[in-house]
Amino acid sequence: MSLRKSHELHHRRFSRNLGVGLTLAAFIVIIFGLTIAKVSSSSFTGPAVEVQN
Amino acid sequence: MSDASFNASTVTAKGYADEASFGDYFALLKPRVMSLVVFTALVGLLAAPVSVNPVVGFCAILFIAIGGGASGALNMWWDADIDKVMKRTKGRPIPSGKVEPGEAMALGLALSGMSVIMLALATNIFAGAFLAFTIFFYVVIYTMWLKRLTPQNIVIGGAAGAFPPVIGWVAATGSMSLEPWLMFALTFMWTPPHFWALALFMRTDYDDAGVPMLTVTHGRRATRVHILIYTALLAILAVGTAFSGIGGPVYLTVALVLNALFLRGAWRISRRTEEDAEADNFKVERGFFKLSLLYLFLHFGAILVEALLKPFGLGGWS
Repeated sequence: MSLRKSHELHHRRFSRNLGVGLTLAAFIVIIFGLTIAKVSSSSFTGPAVEVQN
Repeated sequence: MSDASFNASTVTAKGYADEASFGDYFALLKPRVMSLVVFTALVGLLAAPVSVNPVVGFCAILFIAIGGGASGALNMWWDADIDKVMKRTKGRPIPSGKVEPGEAMALGLALSGMSVIMLALATNIFAGAFLAFTIFFYVVIYTMWLKRLTPQNIVIGGAAGAFPPVIGWVAATGSMSLEPWLMFALTFMWTPPHFWALALFMRTDYDDAGVPMLTVTHGRRATRVHILIYTALLAILAVGTAFSGIGGPVYLTVALVLNALFLRGAWRISRRTEEDAEADNFKVERGFFKLSLLYLFLHFGAILVEALLKPFGLGGWS
């Protein structure tokens, strides 16, 4: 049996699933971009490094 | 056999005809209101006297817009009963049966939490807290509590809609000053004449829904007078803003022209009788409503122009 068996539901909800997928992908891109912008700014300070004895 | 399968497919097609699409969930966020939120928040952010990283600025506006959309979804969830009655709103996703009320509530709550946390992380906690307060104010104070209780509902709702430029400013600066509150006051004072003009020509809608709109509780004559009073106060505020840190010659010119037109419209509305309005199908009221849309857009546009001219030594009075 094929793992990619198509169901009527897949066709019916294609646009909704595509919309959710694209929204989540856009969210990932935005968070990545925001992270890069934040750590690249001059005011960014990394966490203090603890020296282990 | 073939008959049975034919019937099944017919039933299926019919049963799912009203199934919500992605667009229906997006419509819960009130995209048209969201566009106003985006624009005024952007002006607030860019008018602030600090430079903002473009990516951080973009994220700030996005999360403010999502927060505004989330409160729209919660508003539709709570008001589904009156949306079903009003002509203007009966096509919305919940009254049309495409989205379940519980789904709208879940979407609204999830996006509220996400937008507040993300705005706080992207900019500062003060901005995140302000967005949380705005959502609370719009959903709990306005929608759940006062909308169905007082004829001043539009004035209170206007306050919620006026917060975005303040949030944009706070997101950029992390602090508060007079200028964002002038932008707040501009939207706050603009909302009542804008909506009361709409209520005058959407005659029976609010009445049918039992919402205590001023036209219903105090009558149409009182509403016309209220429009004139609010427009006069708005004009003083709008022109006065020209002499603040966000104003300048461009803004002053725009404000003088628009407020003269707006006052003229409000004066004509106040002088008209219901017979006059019925005779020309509310031409003056409809014209005033259309002008009100342009009014707010151009005032904020002028503030934006002044802000964008400043790096070239042209904006403002200096």
